[in-house]
Amino acid sequence: MSWLRRLPDLPLWPMLWKELVELRRDRMTLGLMLGIPAIQLALFGYAIQTDVRHLPTVVLDESHSSESRRLVEVFRNSGNFDVVRYVPDRATLRRLIETGQANAALVIPPDFFRDIRRGRTGEAQVIVDAADPLASAAALSSAQLAGSARALELTGAGPPALDLRVRPWYNPGLRSAVYIVPGIIGVLLSLTLVLITSMAIVRERERGTLEQLIVTPIDKTSLVLGKILPFLLIGYVQISVILVLGRLLFRVPILGSLPLLYLLSLAFIVASLALGLLMSTLVRSQVQAMQLSFLFLLPNILLSGFVFPRQAMPEPAQWVGAALPLTYFLTILRGVLLKGVGLGELWPETLVLTGFAVGLVVLSVVRFHKTIE
Amino acid sequence: MSEPAWTDAVVAEHLRKTFGTLVAVDDITMTIARGEVFGFLGPNGSGKTTTIRMLCGLMTPSGGTATVVGYDVRRDAERIRRRIGYMSQKFGLYDDLTVMENMRFYASIYGLHGAARRARLAELVAELGLGDRVDQLAGTLSGGWKQRLALACAVAHRPAMLFLDEPTAGVDPASRRIFWQRIHALAGQGTTILVTTHYMDEAEQCGRLAFLSRGHLIAVGTVPEILAQFHQPTIEDVFIELQRRDEGAVV
Repeated sequence: MSWLRRLPDLPLWPMLWKELVELRRDRMTLGLMLGIPAIQLALFGYAIQTDVRHLPTVVLDESHSSESRRLVEVFRNSGNFDVVRYVPDRATLRRLIETGQANAALVIPPDFFRDIRRGRTGEAQVIVDAADPLASAAALSSAQLAGSARALELTGAGPPALDLRVRPWYNPGLRSAVYIVPGIIGVLLSLTLVLITSMAIVRERERGTLEQLIVTPIDKTSLVLGKILPFLLIGYVQISVILVLGRLLFRVPILGSLPLLYLLSLAFIVASLALGLLMSTLVRSQVQAMQLSFLFLLPNILLSGFVFPRQAMPEPAQWVGAALPLTYFLTILRGVLLKGVGLGELWPETLVLTGFAVGLVVLSVVRFHKTIE
Repeated sequence: MSEPAWTDAVVAEHLRKTFGTLVAVDDITMTIARGEVFGFLGPNGSGKTTTIRMLCGLMTPSGGTATVVGYDVRRDAERIRRRIGYMSQKFGLYDDLTVMENMRFYASIYGLHGAARRARLAELVAELGLGDRVDQLAGTLSGGWKQRLALACAVAHRPAMLFLDEPTAGVDPASRRIFWQRIHALAGQGTTILVTTHYMDEAEQCGRLAFLSRGHLIAVGTVPEILAQFHQPTIEDVFIELQRRDEGAVV
């Protein structure tokens, strides 16, 4: 009760007020905080495309038949192949792929049509530039699908013995932006929140204002919370900017509950801010703070499952990923936004993130000393 | 817990501070009486700032003991902080806040609220002549005004003791005079003041002086006592003589 009565007089309030006034006058930081989400979204959203569409394709049609033209049409309609040229011979085909003017080729031999007519299997060849396995995988599977689709149409009569239908759930178009954009929220928060908090304390130390502040009776918790909480606001503004832009530019769905997402983000934001604060107790200058933040960013991008699936990583890399708050937040983000799931499914991640947040805040308050040594 | 009774504002015994192999302060024993204006003199690097920082609880002593306004600097740093004011060498206030915002912030941190805070801030503005500048950003103030603002923030809570580390370095003579008038006014109200300075005219305004050299306290006394002890006509001559000995010792 006495604690409650003291609440209005805590040094936390003047500290919060001071931070907000400073933040409002620091146009540069404020602009960066709001500009970075937009820039990152454009960079990552447009650049990271693991689904390869519209592969420039050349066609060598030696059959010159209605059936060969039909097959080319099927390929074209798949959306993965853009027929850029018809070539007269294999030498031209090879040259175009070697120079990179084409990444795929469809070769239809002279007896293609005749074979089909006689009830034999018509053989055609698809060549894909697979130097980049990620880029070619979609083309390879799409070519196979197009081929068997056409084959089914031709054999026609009678139901097929086996009909395996693949349904890609949650992201039926298999568009990578849908997968990447929710991740950007997490990566962006990791970067900016850790960076600004780690710099905020060090900046006070460098300017000499920290010395004046810690010689007052302000308690450590008020100082640390007063420093952290204004950036909570910035975190939420950043989430909102990306959600709105992601929806407008990349048609990223929001299937689950937004209030739930904002609530669960709290644990991640607090964990990131506390981590930044912890870093500020380890570094001596703003430059060091920046370097440490970027060092921290790298494993977050590579090992959290932001771009590369964690299931494909060797075990030690998975362990490192499991130690990053972002890994859990990504599951929450994608779960709520893309799958529309709620706390019933996401409670383990929520629990881990809350643990991170509480642990890191306590640790940073303990590590923070009111001395200048 | 009741307030401890104290007659001496500072009691330091064998105070020592080392940074690795460097001995910054060595075996300082001194007493500062309540209400005294006590001057700390000595060349750069002689240990003045480190001693003040230990007394304010900003640094933990490596050896020895010290009490400030009746409290132990190791055990009761937070209680000491409620009762002291501090001005560091470097301007330690917020450039992006206005004069009034800085004052209001520090007054609130020291626990002043509502009508009491308003009254105290008005009083400080009047005392330090800050009236025309309350809405100016602190970062745009000139040196002399910054020091006045820093003093206002340091005394907002009417501290029993004030630590001033080179408060008038780089300040014009007119501002220095106003600043010292305030210091004497505060001392007149019973505030104990520990001040470091390189200006000899300021040193001569102190009740007692302490000379530090390479971490050691080498002389303490009133101005006449110091002059007699070193057989010099002015404090400035004492200072130069001590610095000469100091450098001689190094050679």
